[in-house]
Amino acid sequence: MAEFGNPEVVEEEVDILLIGGGMACCGAGYELGPWLEAAKAAGHDLKVKLVDKAAMDRSGAVAQGLSAINTYIGPEQDPADYARMVSNDLMGITRDDLAYDLGRHVDESVHLFEEWGLPIWKTDENGERHDGSKGLTSLKDGGKPVRSGKWQIMINGESYKWIVAEAAKKALGTERIQERVFIVKLVNDKNDKNRIAGAVGFSVREHRLYVFKAKAILLAAGGCVNIFRPRSVGEGQGRAWYPVWNAGSTYAMAAEAGAELTMMENRFVPTRFKDGYGPVGAWFLLFKSQATNAYGETYMTRNKEMLDDYPPYGQAAVPASCLRNHLMLKEMREGRGPIWMDTVTALGKLRETLSPREVKHLEAEAWEDFLDMCIGQCGIWAGENIEPEKKNSELMPTEPYLLGSHSGCCGIWTSGPEDVGAPTEEALGEGIPEHLPSGWNWGYRGMTTVSGLFTAGDGVGASGHKFSSGSHTEGRLAAKAMVKYCIDNADLTPELDTSVEDLIEEIYRPVRNFLEHKDYSTAIDVNPNYITPRMLQFRLQKAMDEYVAGVATYYTTNEHMLEIAEQKLADLKEDALKMRAKDLHELLRAWENYHRIITAEAHMKHIQFREESRYPGFYYRMDKNFVDEENWKCFVNSVYDKETKTFTCFKRAHKDLVDKSKLFK
Amino acid sequence: MPTFVRTDKCDGCKGQDKTACMYICPHDLMKLDMDGSETGHAMKSFNQEPDQCWECYSCIKICPQNAIEARPYADIVPLGASVQPLRGTDSIMWTIKFRNGTMKRFKFPIRTTPEGSIDPYGGKPVADLAKIAEPGFFNHNEQNGYRAGDPSELICK
Repeated sequence: MAEFGNPEVVEEEVDILLIGGGMACCGAGYELGPWLEAAKAAGHDLKVKLVDKAAMDRSGAVAQGLSAINTYIGPEQDPADYARMVSNDLMGITRDDLAYDLGRHVDESVHLFEEWGLPIWKTDENGERHDGSKGLTSLKDGGKPVRSGKWQIMINGESYKWIVAEAAKKALGTERIQERVFIVKLVNDKNDKNRIAGAVGFSVREHRLYVFKAKAILLAAGGCVNIFRPRSVGEGQGRAWYPVWNAGSTYAMAAEAGAELTMMENRFVPTRFKDGYGPVGAWFLLFKSQATNAYGETYMTRNKEMLDDYPPYGQAAVPASCLRNHLMLKEMREGRGPIWMDTVTALGKLRETLSPREVKHLEAEAWEDFLDMCIGQCGIWAGENIEPEKKNSELMPTEPYLLGSHSGCCGIWTSGPEDVGAPTEEALGEGIPEHLPSGWNWGYRGMTTVSGLFTAGDGVGASGHKFSSGSHTEGRLAAKAMVKYCIDNADLTPELDTSVEDLIEEIYRPVRNFLEHKDYSTAIDVNPNYITPRMLQFRLQKAMDEYVAGVATYYTTNEHMLEIAEQKLADLKEDALKMRAKDLHELLRAWENYHRIITAEAHMKHIQFREESRYPGFYYRMDKNFVDEENWKCFVNSVYDKETKTFTCFKRAHKDLVDKSKLFK
Repeated sequence: MPTFVRTDKCDGCKGQDKTACMYICPHDLMKLDMDGSETGHAMKSFNQEPDQCWECYSCIKICPQNAIEARPYADIVPLGASVQPLRGTDSIMWTIKFRNGTMKRFKFPIRTTPEGSIDPYGGKPVADLAKIAEPGFFNHNEQNGYRAGDPSELICK
């Protein structure tokens, strides 16, 4: 009989395993169906399983809903325009092949969302906005979306994930879906350490350990939240900007499996409505609001000349996100805070030309922007008696986040498309380990440098700005490639390089730590023989905040501070072996926090390696406080050695596949 | 804004095959206290880790008894406000109560098709295995959304 600490072991062999249930894996689940049918007709009956640590209806970053789809190209723009925007926003170092490929495919997913029932706002022939329930012409048939920016379109997106999940669940069938199982570790192949063979995790509901063998695995488990001390440390620490359940599992599991990471020094520090982290995009772009210092001065105008310090990235029509933070931070550092979003003036101006009916609609739009994706901000407005037409709101840059799908580009080095002119070989620079591929594509779109291991969404590094629709798209691209991989490798039989006994031993260590030592002290949380996952997370957050450019130091660090961080993270990694789990819920937290530590270490090592400050406004290496185009306009990549438990960083050459000078004309 | 469960409304989803809030919470926060040993309220659910709550409202929206509400984060927000939804099949209604008593009500559409009606592959072409290595999806441009792009933009091709 299975019990806590003595789980039943379920072993299952599949061809394709999808880890995660967010937009990327829903995309993969949907795209797989017809290819599986086609493969079956050709004699390849492929077995598939999707494993989600939550419930697909509300898992991933879109769980709460969204008020906009941030990547929609439309018939009037070129994928090359999109690749240019992505590049400039991320200070010039992105893979044009990945962004371009996403750009040409993404609208196919957006049009499907509308077919499935997602309400998408439309503009009528008089230029008036309508919500998505009014039956106006669909995007597929030429309907005009409401643009809240060059790439964004407004939606009524409360049920966005529910709808996308319904399609994916129907496409896969319930027998291919396993919810509430947290995959915590990938397993390499016994006969080839650079090949994937399986994955292992546990149920958070039953005493069951799952061991999957798979030929191809899509690892798409989101970005990383709460490795830095958040601005709110009480009850409010759950109110992270990005979902608090994104624990870096994608990066950590990939790193431990030997996959090459890229641009892990990159981070995103969004400027958002203070404390609730409500979105600002619609306020800036749709309602034409301005952000000012305490004295009503627009910092983007007041500090405009600071953009000239970072040519050419500051000189595009829309300067890079980090530089906009950079201009704002000057006001805060020099004591001209708080920073205000001037909602009163913006709505006042709009009301001048609107009918009472339109004014009422405008007010509803402003509230819906939060209610669709960040309800907590409404709680703050209501609690502080803020009506945006009467009272302005404060803005604040958040704690740092690691992700690859929003305005960030950290992640895994993945194989790109073969038809857009990407380099197929490169002179191996100093320090690139020999076993790694040369060039930007190695046969299967979305595959990492570990054979059979694929990624999408937040997992794909050196791109960014894919958002919800782009993550769905990347999942679909990876799904196709995985089917091809399985057909091409029909004779492959994966063999795990670790015994099931050893895997149980490792995964249930926190449970054993607890059961073995719990009676040593009277207070369950204070015991010298173990550490709670919660306290371990506080230690991680404190170290990252104080030494790796968190909010405590206004996002600054230097080589000396990083050296201290390195020691603190090393101790923390050792102590992670002493985490306790008093129940399955705490075992979930223990493994999430282990993943956070590995991700944090990658971030720290990359910042240490890159001897410049590539993202002013997101972080500053004060000992190298400049952008060095000559020496550092390159990718910083790394691999993790799970035996020595150390990262090795190295450079890879950057190349433009589309002409960036068009941004500055 | 952690969620909390009203003792007078929660019935532990007795009549259901699973506890709705436990099923849906993306962060595994909701827990059914079977015997009352954890909360003093047997067969009612509770938020076991309020400081990890993202306020995504998934549990509030799904609760068949409307037993779950949110109390704005105590370390940030003055007392007295509430934001409560009522989610239907095609729209959601919000009632917002300010600390000073001001009330606002909004209703927004959430989907244009009946729940459960999606036919994922209905009317779509089958995949052509010969094209698996080419750009495009199985239903290549059936959605009229593939943006081929101006070839001259690709300067290294």
